[in-house]
Amino acid sequence: MNLAFRDIRRNRLRFALTVLGVGMLLGVVIAMTGIYEGALTDALALPRGEHAALWVVQPRTFGPFAEPSRIPRDTRDLIRRMPGVAAAGAVTFQTVQSTTAAGRPVRLYLEGYEPGRPGGPPPLVAGHGLTESHYQVVVDASSHLKLGTRVLLGPYRDPYTVVGLTHGMVSSAGEPLAWVNLLDAQALQFDVPPALERRERAAGRTPPTTTDVNAVLVRLEPGVSALSVAHDISRWKHLAAVPEAREETYLTLFVIQKMQKQLGMFMTILTAVSAVIIALIIYTLTMDKVRSIATLKFIGAPDRTIVGLIVQQALTIGIMGYGIGLALIVLGKAYFPRRVQLEPFDLAVVLLIVIVVCLAGSVLSIRAALKVDPAEALASG
Amino acid sequence: MDDGLQDVPQARIELRGISKHFGEGSTRVDALVDIELTVGAGEIIGLLGPSGSGKSTLLNVIGCVSEPDAGWMRLDGELVYDTRWLRADRRRLRLTKIGFIFQTHNLLPFLNATENVAEVMELAGLSRHQARMSANALLDYLEVGHRRQAFPGEMSGGEAQRVAIARALANNPRIILADEPTAPLDSARAHIVMDLLSRIAKDHQAAVLVVTHDEAIFQRFDRLVSLRDGRLVAT
Repeated sequence: MNLAFRDIRRNRLRFALTVLGVGMLLGVVIAMTGIYEGALTDALALPRGEHAALWVVQPRTFGPFAEPSRIPRDTRDLIRRMPGVAAAGAVTFQTVQSTTAAGRPVRLYLEGYEPGRPGGPPPLVAGHGLTESHYQVVVDASSHLKLGTRVLLGPYRDPYTVVGLTHGMVSSAGEPLAWVNLLDAQALQFDVPPALERRERAAGRTPPTTTDVNAVLVRLEPGVSALSVAHDISRWKHLAAVPEAREETYLTLFVIQKMQKQLGMFMTILTAVSAVIIALIIYTLTMDKVRSIATLKFIGAPDRTIVGLIVQQALTIGIMGYGIGLALIVLGKAYFPRRVQLEPFDLAVVLLIVIVVCLAGSVLSIRAALKVDPAEALASG
Repeated sequence: MDDGLQDVPQARIELRGISKHFGEGSTRVDALVDIELTVGAGEIIGLLGPSGSGKSTLLNVIGCVSEPDAGWMRLDGELVYDTRWLRADRRRLRLTKIGFIFQTHNLLPFLNATENVAEVMELAGLSRHQARMSANALLDYLEVGHRRQAFPGEMSGGEAQRVAIARALANNPRIILADEPTAPLDSARAHIVMDLLSRIAKDHQAAVLVVTHDEAIFQRFDRLVSLRDGRLVAT
């Protein structure tokens, strides 16, 4: 006879509330794993979406996602003429804080690209790509901007019209991606007001030039080694070439790693809190049954029956709590402001941790239960 | 007078020179002193004595829960203690050979009447189906079969005590130890319980040892033995 489930059956409401509480706690742990995986996917969406074999960047930098990188725009022509290179496109990246024409604040991670060359948005879910040289923008749907909306960008608040929408494209910081023509992007990034330009020249300094770009994306002919081309490019002292995989590594290593550690700390704390709570709950449930345990021992029940009672209840609380937590996050993940991506491997690891936590949480109760003197069954009361 | 030592041909409980003390030095308490007791098959014995006289200690010793300091003890013909325990699996011994009836029924509150009785049978190795069938038959025998689905909290004191007796009988034990089984019951129900215990002693040829303070049921015992300061004395 399964004593654990009989006890649960008798204390349904108390048990249900306990499981719900543990479930909500584990839901937060599961959400944390989903937020981390979501952040990773978001962060890698942009570099992966470019489908470039090489990123040509400023030497001694880790590329435009990790730190500022500026190279001349004509680098693109230089690279394009190299043997083995199929296509090259200059790009810029920057974060812009602006408003719509209606006054709604908008924050976007903007990529400037040359239509028809490497770079630019992935396949659109609505509208069309850039068809004019200026003042058009493609945005991600997570910006909540509609087709035809006018967004005011740059120091002069030039109106850009939303002509296309993508889906699921955000930066590592969670900002919706947007794409404009490279010329527009250069102006937005490097153009300075005339007064500032005059001040710079008067001081003998060269103001930023709008002919700079942040990187050049390179696609190679089939069968051409990316490392070999990268080596050739790096022979020019003013350029460095980073393979796509390494650019992803830099992004995760320098941009995502702190977030990973932060979430890892949260998850560790939450797991520890869950362990303490589960242990306390199991201990309380066990202490409520001291007389029953003494009676069971007195009438001859072996220790494994009593241990089984405790462990099964602990595992039931943990596994049902895990199920409730998972259900809550699956049902609620669409309402999170950032992507929550649940991965089977992560979920399996969390389940394993929950099982270990439940078993560890049972130890205190098992020790207490095994110390119960069967003679207590004879005590009146 | 009865010192508990009888010439019983089919002895179920035999205690010789059993002693037990707690504490040492100035705090030493001799709970049992040189106890000599024999209870035969089909016999129902009343164990009397004031509070603190050692009755519960004696039940714990016979139930192999508490280890004596000296003497020897034979249960159902098996020598289980002779200055040390001779049997390692004493819980198994309790499960299969000894039935306990507690003062406050001590039924598991999360099991219904059938499950409380069947649990003991399952622990002894019966299948769930067999255990449930036998448990229901026992409950019917004790005239509480109509309450088989009831939980202890839903039963009257008399019903719960009869279910507790059914549990004590679950594995057809040769020894039944009862700790004031009629204490929580009114006089009429106390007599019903004693009728049951007498019937069980005869039907199952069990040795029944009942701790009691209830003078109204003294005449229901085959013998009375009394404990005072840990010693069996005349009654």
